[in-house]
Amino acid sequence: MQGRTRNIYLIPYMLWIVLFVVAPIALIMYYSMFNIDGAWSLENYRRFFTPVYLSMTLRSFWYAILITGFALLIAYPTAYLLTKTEHKQLWLMLIILPSWINLLLKVYAFIGILGFYGPINSFLRIIGIGSRQILFTGFSFIFVAVYIFIPYMILPVFNALEELNPSLVDAARDLGASPWATFRRVIFPLTVSGVKAGCRAVFIPALSLFMITRLIAGNRVITLGTAIEQHFLVTQDWGMGSTIAVFLIIAMGLTMIMTENGKLVK
Amino acid sequence: MRKMERLSSIYLVGVFIVLYAPIFYLVYYSFNSAGTMYSFEGFTFDWYREVFCDTRLFIILLNTIVIALLSSAISTVIGVLGALAITRVKTKRFRNALLTLNNVMIVSPDVIIGASFLVLFTMIGINLGFGSVLISHIAFSVPIVVLMVLPNLEEMSPTLIDAAQDLGASRWDVLTRVVIPYISPGIFAGFFMALTYSLDDFAVTFFVTGGGFSTLSVEIYSLARRGISLTINALSTLIFLVTLLLVLGYYIISKQGAKPGKAGVRE
Amino acid sequence: MKKVMQMFITVVIAALGLMYLTFVLNSQQGYSGGNTLTVYNWGDYIDPELITKFQQETGIKIIYQTFDSNEAMLTKIAQGGTSFDVAIPSDYAISKMKEQGLLIPLDHCKIPNLKYIDPRFLDLPFDENNEYSAPYFWGTLGIIYNPEILEGMEFTSWNDLWDERLRNEILLYDSAREVIGMGLNSLHYSLNDTDIDHLMEAKRKLDALSPNIKAIVGDEVKMLLANEEAAIGVVWSGDASEIIGANDKLDYVIPDEGTNIWFDNIVIPAGAKNVEGAHLFINFMLDPENAAQNTEYVGYSTPNMKALEYLPEEITGDVRFYPGSDITDKFELYENLGKKMTAYYNELFLEFKMHRK
Repeated sequence: MQGRTRNIYLIPYMLWIVLFVVAPIALIMYYSMFNIDGAWSLENYRRFFTPVYLSMTLRSFWYAILITGFALLIAYPTAYLLTKTEHKQLWLMLIILPSWINLLLKVYAFIGILGFYGPINSFLRIIGIGSRQILFTGFSFIFVAVYIFIPYMILPVFNALEELNPSLVDAARDLGASPWATFRRVIFPLTVSGVKAGCRAVFIPALSLFMITRLIAGNRVITLGTAIEQHFLVTQDWGMGSTIAVFLIIAMGLTMIMTENGKLVK
Repeated sequence: MRKMERLSSIYLVGVFIVLYAPIFYLVYYSFNSAGTMYSFEGFTFDWYREVFCDTRLFIILLNTIVIALLSSAISTVIGVLGALAITRVKTKRFRNALLTLNNVMIVSPDVIIGASFLVLFTMIGINLGFGSVLISHIAFSVPIVVLMVLPNLEEMSPTLIDAAQDLGASRWDVLTRVVIPYISPGIFAGFFMALTYSLDDFAVTFFVTGGGFSTLSVEIYSLARRGISLTINALSTLIFLVTLLLVLGYYIISKQGAKPGKAGVRE
Repeated sequence: MKKVMQMFITVVIAALGLMYLTFVLNSQQGYSGGNTLTVYNWGDYIDPELITKFQQETGIKIIYQTFDSNEAMLTKIAQGGTSFDVAIPSDYAISKMKEQGLLIPLDHCKIPNLKYIDPRFLDLPFDENNEYSAPYFWGTLGIIYNPEILEGMEFTSWNDLWDERLRNEILLYDSAREVIGMGLNSLHYSLNDTDIDHLMEAKRKLDALSPNIKAIVGDEVKMLLANEEAAIGVVWSGDASEIIGANDKLDYVIPDEGTNIWFDNIVIPAGAKNVEGAHLFINFMLDPENAAQNTEYVGYSTPNMKALEYLPEEITGDVRFYPGSDITDKFELYENLGKKMTAYYNELFLEFKMHRK
């Protein structure tokens, strides 16, 4: 299968990469070299290593890890249980369906739901716990972020589970493995590629989340994405925005390498 | 065992409730005569009536759907080819480089993608409008398709292909009869993810649109300054119902076509 | 393969069919070709009936395109690639556009209705002699509060916000000039102060405010205040009038120290294709009756003196939204501080936001 065929498949994809990935990266690198006055300098890179931006980077990573972790924790059982249902394809479609409704609208709905007079707080008052500040906290931020990303995690995990050969599971059971052991030794290792695809599809965009940092977290959480957004649109300091983007791309490359353990090599 | 089953249905129901909660919230207030998404005053169909009177909004909706369908179909093709290309690359370093480049698009915040596409398009001299929006949507949807298809391809055992080739299948046959059917779950997943990306995108579309061409997201975001009208809620409710019906209809038809008489064994 | 192909073909056919439908609808609406005028405005910032009226009067079809921030609009116009005949940016954005040569001068002979504009709002520093822009709406920045929740509290000064009773109650805009400016104003410094010591002092003062801040938000501030999610906010008067329209318990005050005065003006961006039509449109919007109708729809304060005569007394007599010249004299416009200083303001604001726990 190797040899000449590779070139044919590569043509449209490489064309896409060169036009829409390499060219924009080159542009970003180029912009990152200019300071606010439009002069050529490495000032932006120096600015990135100040405490403000470093702590922002750390926090972004921390939140992205939490979001990915919780998304996986909720998505894996969901995907697993879905594969056991009668009309699994239909249920899967119904999982994706909510993400076709405009995000801003759903976020506005969440502001209402999590708000002081929203249904959750009313419920808490009824059962006697009393109202809590839910909106504008780290919790609400993670909750809504997980909500947004969950389909991106369920889909690849579901696909991996679908491909799992059920006879392997049966074999493990017959050999006397407990359900937990079956899961840990057989099911999970065989679906790890789906888990990885899901983690990549969640972790990477979670690093650059914006909008909900303001709408749901009231700017209590500030991620690298928020900072880039601000530099491009508010400060109009494209240089600094690009510099943060460069670091984001580097961070992404590193995560890619770290999650890569030669699985692609047959 | 019975207990486990009940627990698992409770879990699934819980997940679905949370997933649909904001949508039901939107739907509920689309009938609110007070005009805000807060404190329900009285029942009204006014917002729905407004949706049907507004031709501009209807054109915008059609634009959104056309862009979403076309861009996800085309990006699925490119993405599948890309995934095939990546698995076929022998050197690990080159493959990693490709994968990293692939993911750059996912990690880049929309504003950067949008702004750099705008610069790119004006440099090349492409007129902003339908074409530029379509191209950009294809561009940012390709990587997610690749990500969704790759695991399927990785899992496919090479002996399958070898066997087919030994049996005298041509390269085209191998692709259409062996590879694509095998990876079809990934292809569908990729297509639907691309659709999601396209329907939800605001920032990129905003930057690359022009000549009066607009999508629903751009329209909704620009309404934020003055407050989003419940007409948008009503419209979203209608979209939600139509897609729900389409999904159900498609599922029933495909089920009946596949195995007649077997549908609806339980429930 | 069959299933995949089936789906692919269905999708493409559906898309093409819908495209045709869009084309038909567009040509029915008269959007394709001919005499058109592209208006670039904030969403829902004009009475749609006025668009219809303009189209009937002049036979020019309006293509309405929207933006959600001045900066995004600026980027779009600066890059070119698409042309707009009329845009409605805010004051500071106009001076930036002027600087970058992105505006076409107005021909005052073609806009006779400019004479109806209150002289207070003409010939301002961001556009001297109104060479490039005509006022559309104007307003202030002030404090909106809910007297019912904040029993007995009165607000007359920015410094009232530092009151300990306001723990976790205040909403602020996610905008450096507004927040830093509030800090400066509370210390009786100018909104356009560039003295580093003054700015640091303002930043320290703002840091002391952070326990009182509930959230730093955007346009959703209106929803949050109208729904009594928070008791107090620092908002633009346009937003304030909308909030009060939705929940009349709230009250708006302009602090004694003075505040910012802002304008949204109509301009003709460089690259406009229908300059003639753009002038017609501007003159049409400045017509007193049309301006009055637009004011009733949008709810912001109109700079059109003659239009006030067509508006009910309860709107025009409200000093919160139509303060007299003795008060407006104290207000300051945001000056363009230059890139370096703007960046410094933003850096301070970012530190302020990061400092908050």
